[in-house]
Amino acid sequence: MQSQATYNYKVVRQFTIMTVVWGIVGMLVGVIAAAQLVWPELNVHEFLHFGRLRPLHTNAVIFAFGGCALFATSYYVVQRTCHTKLFAPALAGFTFWGWQLVILLAAITLPLGYTQGKEYAELEWPIDLLIAVVWVSYAIVFFGTIAKRKVSHIYVANWFFGAFIITVALLHIVNSAAIPVSFMGMKSYSAYAGVQDAMVQWWYGHNAVGFFLTAGFLGMMYYFVPKQAERPVYSYRLSVVHFWALIFTYMWAGPHHLHYTALPDWTQSVGMIFSLILLAPSWGGMINGIMTLSGAWHKLRTDPILKFLVTSLSFYGMSTFEGPMMSVKTVNALSHYTDWTVGHVHSGALGWVAMISIGSVYFLLPRLYGKTQMYSVKLINTHFWIATIGIVLYIASLWVAGVMQGLMWRATNSDGTLTYSFVESVKASYPFWTIRLVGGSLFLVGMLIMFYNMVKTIAGEKAYNAPVIAPAAAHA
Amino acid sequence: MADFISGFWNMYVMGLVALSILFCVFVLVSNMTKREAGEVQLHGHVWDETLAEYNNPLPRWWLYLFWITIVFGIVYLVIYPGFGNHNADRGEHSQYYAEMQAAEAKYGPIFAKYQSMDLAAVAADPDANAMGKRLFLTYCAQCHGSAAQGNKGFPNLTDDEWNWGGEPEAIKTTILGGRMGVMPAFGPALGGEGVKDVANYVRSLSGLAHDSLRAQRGQEIFAANCVACHGPDAKGNPMLGAVNLTNKSWLYGSSEATIIETVTNGRQNQMPAWKDFLGEAKVHLLTAYVMSLSKEQK
Repeated sequence: MQSQATYNYKVVRQFTIMTVVWGIVGMLVGVIAAAQLVWPELNVHEFLHFGRLRPLHTNAVIFAFGGCALFATSYYVVQRTCHTKLFAPALAGFTFWGWQLVILLAAITLPLGYTQGKEYAELEWPIDLLIAVVWVSYAIVFFGTIAKRKVSHIYVANWFFGAFIITVALLHIVNSAAIPVSFMGMKSYSAYAGVQDAMVQWWYGHNAVGFFLTAGFLGMMYYFVPKQAERPVYSYRLSVVHFWALIFTYMWAGPHHLHYTALPDWTQSVGMIFSLILLAPSWGGMINGIMTLSGAWHKLRTDPILKFLVTSLSFYGMSTFEGPMMSVKTVNALSHYTDWTVGHVHSGALGWVAMISIGSVYFLLPRLYGKTQMYSVKLINTHFWIATIGIVLYIASLWVAGVMQGLMWRATNSDGTLTYSFVESVKASYPFWTIRLVGGSLFLVGMLIMFYNMVKTIAGEKAYNAPVIAPAAAHA
Repeated sequence: MADFISGFWNMYVMGLVALSILFCVFVLVSNMTKREAGEVQLHGHVWDETLAEYNNPLPRWWLYLFWITIVFGIVYLVIYPGFGNHNADRGEHSQYYAEMQAAEAKYGPIFAKYQSMDLAAVAADPDANAMGKRLFLTYCAQCHGSAAQGNKGFPNLTDDEWNWGGEPEAIKTTILGGRMGVMPAFGPALGGEGVKDVANYVRSLSGLAHDSLRAQRGQEIFAANCVACHGPDAKGNPMLGAVNLTNKSWLYGSSEATIIETVTNGRQNQMPAWKDFLGEAKVHLLTAYVMSLSKEQK
């Protein structure tokens, strides 16, 4: 039975378009920051100083680009896999405008120097409150839609989206707890002090990676990979096991950011152990995604969207192997504070998060305008290759730079003095920072191609809302 | 937030660690199904027209990987600190002290050899000089610069002008114990015009361009307010760290605006103490190296 009702694509369209826009903005700021490392004279003004642009870059790519991609895909997926319209459409609309306001405020306040000084949680308390309100609204829309689903079983993508929404709310509220001292001055002090503050911050920080940048995007993966490959998911059982194991172990991995600090030893060890145990649950998602393609591998040759999705899974697998290795104290003693960490983050952020988002957006965009394909499939393919080359240049150069820095910092002479002063390691890093700038710029160029393709796809097209589909007979 | 001093929190964390590991084991064991021959069946649900799931068993190699990490984790928690405060004495602190002791045993004598030597002799020894330079580049270059040329607020060490005395022992005392330099703020006492006058007088002392009328008025103000520290001849007082105002060396800059800023708001400056961190033997070498820096200039 085909009902007359249509899915709410409006909010999905809004978020999808802004994903591309914020992607370009966030990555442009990243490219500027990378250029400032190569040419320090580009630090032209305090508002545009590296120290202020860097948090702007991270916030823009994670919460503006990644956040919009997650909103767009989760709203799309939850409707279609629950076979019902979005719950509370007005509230969904509010989440769009509220989230854009958060981004705008971040873009203004961070260059002005307003910050809580917590990585990935820099925004000051009034903005934090706005985030909390938007996020609770998001949860109401999402879980409201789940509650009125027309199928008994909840599709696996929604488990991941659900876990991401609940956990990010918890993380944000606990880590942002602060005593406000000024509204107009936008100033507050953390509710925690000293090493406990650091521990809460990295419990938040690593779970932002785990639940925002991993669980959320795994939700994306579980819908768009089987859809684009037109194959069933490889293993329901594997998805159950890796979902629960991922949720349980990610929670405790945070202390590995504080190895060899004032954090008590045993707390560091707990972080390291759970980071190692996390390897298999993380790979469960990769296996389930990649094995879904069995029987459809030939499609990779002709379908650039599938190339994006599968390559993102490869980078996901690589960085979730690298992460546990770097959490081992002995490895961390070399890698910590070096560009290796930055390279690792970008193999996850560009390779996994950005590529799966880009693939999903290429899938979504035409469908939101009643079409089946982007304006130019060839340009998707061009985007794919430029982005891939960019990522490889980026992470390979920072691997080399990071290991070099780590080795230079620990090298000693026969009298026990350090062989290299710090500034010598900075000097030695320049060639690699230049290659990184080239890699990052290529990735940005790819995004500009995507923007052109998007404009060409939707220009002059009418917004389209697909009719709600009745569940398959087995469910009825 | 209070420190976790109660034993409860230790038990609480141990409980969470054990529970989380046990949960992983439980999820694994409860999903280790027997492999059946034949085609893998679909799980039986369909979403959004085409979405379905196979129910393949867990890949064997993946399962082994998972078990290995769990076993490794448990073994690690038995051997090293990690399970609450169990084994708390076997961690990075004891590792650190052991390494420091080994380093002291190995490298200590190399430095001790020079400690008994006269500073002038150490400064003339090329080996000692190279070691001193390496120490300088690690511990001092951040503020004084790689070439010891200084920076705003950080003295140039190559010009043979010394705010706290240039004798070998004085330099060593500076490095060992650090220095705290304070120039009081005279803005409220002198007023804007008074400060400007005295700034012009100060510029005149080292032959810099100045307004002679202002400098004349400034001289009186200087005599009444500044001579206590900087001396009647403005040549400074190394006992107080009061700088010599008649030479070409400027800690914060010699422009009229900068001097006005210095006089109006005062300055506070600190050289950290290195005695506890580096020990006297290394400071001895550093002193000789710093001495050699200004000798090179002569």
